[in-house]
Amino acid sequence: MTYRRLATAGLIMGLVTGPAIAAEPVKIGMITTLSTKAGYLGEDIRDGFRLAINQGEGKLGGIPVELLVDDDGRKPGKGKQIAERFIKSNGTKILTGIVFSNVAMAVVPKVTRDGVFYISPNAGPSRLAGKGCSKNYFNVAWQNDNLHEAAGQYVNDKQFKNVYLLAPNYPAGKDALAGFKRYYKGDVAGEVYTKLGQSDYAAELATLRAARPDAVFFFLPGGMGINFLKQYAQAGLNKSIPVFGPAFSFDERILKAVGSAALGVRNGSQWSHDLDNPANKSFVEAFRAAYGRTPTLYASQGYDAAHLIGSALAATGGKPEDMDGFRSALEKADFDSVRGNFRFGPNHHPIQDLYIREVIQTPEGSVTNRIETKVFTDHSDAYASECRM
Amino acid sequence: MLIPGNSRKHLLLSLGLVALVILPPVSSAFGESYLISLFSRILIYALVAVSLDLILGYGGMVSLGHAAFFGVGAYVVGILAFHSYEGDPLLTWPFLVEGTESGLMAIPLAMLISAFFALVIGFFSLRTSGMHFIMITLAFAQMIYYFCVSLETYGGDDGLSLYARNQLPGLDLSNDGHFYYLCLGILVLYLFVSNRLVNSRFGRVIQGTRENERRMQALGYATFRYKLICFTIAGAGAGLAGALIANQTEFVSPGLMHWTRSGEILVMVLLGGMGTLFGPVLGAMVLLLLEEILASYTEHWMVLLGPFLVIMVLFAKRGLYGLLAGQRH
Amino acid sequence: MLLILEQLVNGLQLGVMLFLMSAGLTLVFGIMQVINLAHGSFYMVGAYAAATVAQLTGSFLLGLLAALPAAAIVGMLVEAVVLRRLYDRDHLDQVLATFGLILFFNELTRMLWGRQPLFMDVPEWLSGTVEILPGAPYPSYRLAVIGVGILVAVFLYLLFTRTRLGMQIRAGASNREMVAALGVNIRFLYTLVFGLGAMLAGLAGVMAGPILAVEAGMGEEILILTFVVIVIGGVGSIRGALIAALLVGMVDTLGRVFLPGLFRLFLPMAEADGIGASLASMSVYILMAVILVWRPRGLFPEPA
Repeated sequence: MTYRRLATAGLIMGLVTGPAIAAEPVKIGMITTLSTKAGYLGEDIRDGFRLAINQGEGKLGGIPVELLVDDDGRKPGKGKQIAERFIKSNGTKILTGIVFSNVAMAVVPKVTRDGVFYISPNAGPSRLAGKGCSKNYFNVAWQNDNLHEAAGQYVNDKQFKNVYLLAPNYPAGKDALAGFKRYYKGDVAGEVYTKLGQSDYAAELATLRAARPDAVFFFLPGGMGINFLKQYAQAGLNKSIPVFGPAFSFDERILKAVGSAALGVRNGSQWSHDLDNPANKSFVEAFRAAYGRTPTLYASQGYDAAHLIGSALAATGGKPEDMDGFRSALEKADFDSVRGNFRFGPNHHPIQDLYIREVIQTPEGSVTNRIETKVFTDHSDAYASECRM
Repeated sequence: MLIPGNSRKHLLLSLGLVALVILPPVSSAFGESYLISLFSRILIYALVAVSLDLILGYGGMVSLGHAAFFGVGAYVVGILAFHSYEGDPLLTWPFLVEGTESGLMAIPLAMLISAFFALVIGFFSLRTSGMHFIMITLAFAQMIYYFCVSLETYGGDDGLSLYARNQLPGLDLSNDGHFYYLCLGILVLYLFVSNRLVNSRFGRVIQGTRENERRMQALGYATFRYKLICFTIAGAGAGLAGALIANQTEFVSPGLMHWTRSGEILVMVLLGGMGTLFGPVLGAMVLLLLEEILASYTEHWMVLLGPFLVIMVLFAKRGLYGLLAGQRH
Repeated sequence: MLLILEQLVNGLQLGVMLFLMSAGLTLVFGIMQVINLAHGSFYMVGAYAAATVAQLTGSFLLGLLAALPAAAIVGMLVEAVVLRRLYDRDHLDQVLATFGLILFFNELTRMLWGRQPLFMDVPEWLSGTVEILPGAPYPSYRLAVIGVGILVAVFLYLLFTRTRLGMQIRAGASNREMVAALGVNIRFLYTLVFGLGAMLAGLAGVMAGPILAVEAGMGEEILILTFVVIVIGGVGSIRGALIAALLVGMVDTLGRVFLPGLFRLFLPMAEADGIGASLASMSVYILMAVILVWRPRGLFPEPA
């Protein structure tokens, strides 16, 4: 009885103080990986996103927002559970934050079917770009293959003829090599799939040397990449065979752990901290001031995700419940991306420029990335044609 | 101790059951319907923990590969649903096997296939004991894990997303309330059957074997066969839980059977109190709720959970259940 | 042919690394009958201490000198605060408590050092390569790892066969009360052995630091392989651990290198790579299962 009376009272107050409700912040649920070895990826996405909110003094697109963050521990089941809590208990209509494809595959299809927007700041599995695309799913980072495609095109342009390929034995690894080969037309000196989470690569390196390739392309995210690069340099191979890869093994925080072993490596990326545009300059400066470190690409994606959401909030007056309005606002991608040129394709995945960065030593002695060249302009992905919304 | 151990235990169990039965309407009334799906998940983990307790607490078989059966059960449901959705048969030779989304087909099949895996793995593993048994069960589980990672058709390491939950006559499983009561019903049934089992002649042989295997053999019992049957029953229970978790999350992936998951299930049993059947239910509940609650206070929640487990070991010798229910016997 | 020889050296090197880890663990288990999952945490402590000191001072050797006592002290603290109370308890209690310790140490590391991996490089004087076989330059650092492994094996052998301390430890393992009655402080002895085991794990961590990523959670990956080694070798046997470590190192290395090629002989390339890679990941576990089915107590079972 008391309960019902309370509810009624609440309803009446809601009617009376209508405009005050609009000041109630819009909740954004961030499911991300903060524990496990990959925790720094989620940390950067979150910090980039938070930076955007803090710069707007608690607002995105002029609308007050509240960011809810929870750690999925890289477990799909846990990610799903957090999504349910955000939606059912907190009434969130906008989710974001997932780092890994397997967590995304567990969460995204279900929540987007149930009428919640999901803005991906990182994972872009091929199924969500093609057959499994959804009108409520937007990827503001890249489709998983993109950065590998950039490396493939660059290696091809540079006239390498016999490349050795290496990736972990899991779907993203297979997609990576497929993405590379989509634009690289030369011969393959060898194609090796290693154990997920493998730490010692001595055996693979011996086989690699014996195959006498003229270049190496590898996709080994996180700790695996650190292990590989250190061991590659220790075996003296970095002096004779050049290495290429996607930005995932060369973000600013990994470079700190790899050090000079990574010097000279070229990697494909959609963003770099030295990319020359005003939005990026102010982002990098503000991020360094706020967190005392150079942002990674993950941080830039979190920051862009926040501004994308902000643009749609501004267009709808802070009403994600207006699904059609919010969606078409998102589709316009009307925000200043730190990547400069950015818009969405028909499958809600980015159409953007892709670059090759080189790992260099700064005069102060630290190791960092520098844009070398633009490989693709207005690049889309290979799965867009399979998407039927 | 105002109430003697036995009636205290009964009181505790009745209160627990009542609380679980009224949970869905109460939480909906307070607008916290999220709790229904959280507790469905807890009940499922409780089920797999109880099944581990059968072999661990009563049979003395410390398996660090129990998640393998959990994962196999989940994959059976996932693969059948995948083929049903895609419309191509799972097998065309030697006989036609079509995919299905019917729970009446998929769930018993998940139990059956998990039981079969347990039978084979148990047959080899039960030759060893102690530390070696822990490790050989882990080895088999890791083999199955890597096998599932290599299943490209079914998503490999990324796993497989189900389009919808299974169908059961008279129930709408997409309704979280219905699904919750299904899980609760199955858990209660499994507890009932397990309780009967451990108090039967079979159960006494198993417990006798745990205490002194040679003596049981001298008494004429084929202990290996008893242990193998017990291991298989536990595998079937884990498979059943797996079938439910696949439906609950509408997703399966090899992560379900990673050794860390086996470790988690083991922790649930030990935390709750092994050899008590109801203890693991409590263990699953406390561990999963603690994760939820601690994580809402600090992102570094593990730095609190770790010492909590250590303190539990040091000061609650028979687990939470022992602490609450008093004497075991 | 040369390639096969080189791969054998790689297998040997991985085996030695595993031996460094498993020697401490099997020692602790053989003597105190305690299962310690947190052994991997001591490995991590060693690596973090070495990386931090090496970065501050620029000297690998100072890092090594700091890491060994750091790991030993953390180990002895764990023994004194937690494990000492669990000697008479079920193995499962030890498993649960040390599992809790893993969570604690991993998260604490993340809080103290942050989430990103640490930097640790090979010392300048070991950064080159040595041509062990014509046309196969081999990193000097890895040769040094093999050398350290051999030294540790010799040290442990001498400790247990030639010194009074070693004999007391062994006697304590077989009859605790008797040794205590003879006036040996068994409690202190246990703490010492535990510290020694932790220090060996820390040493493994230091040696791994320049080759691998130094990150929170690095201990668990090698922990599971360590358990595989000591179970294959026969729990408690250092000799068994040495032989099993080499066996595991060889099987893992050769499996990774040759299985995909083998499958390519009779399967299309894409499938062969997938199946080969999966089987290679399983190879160590298959080895363990086969050995345990054949010899349920491992290769060199210690008399109970």
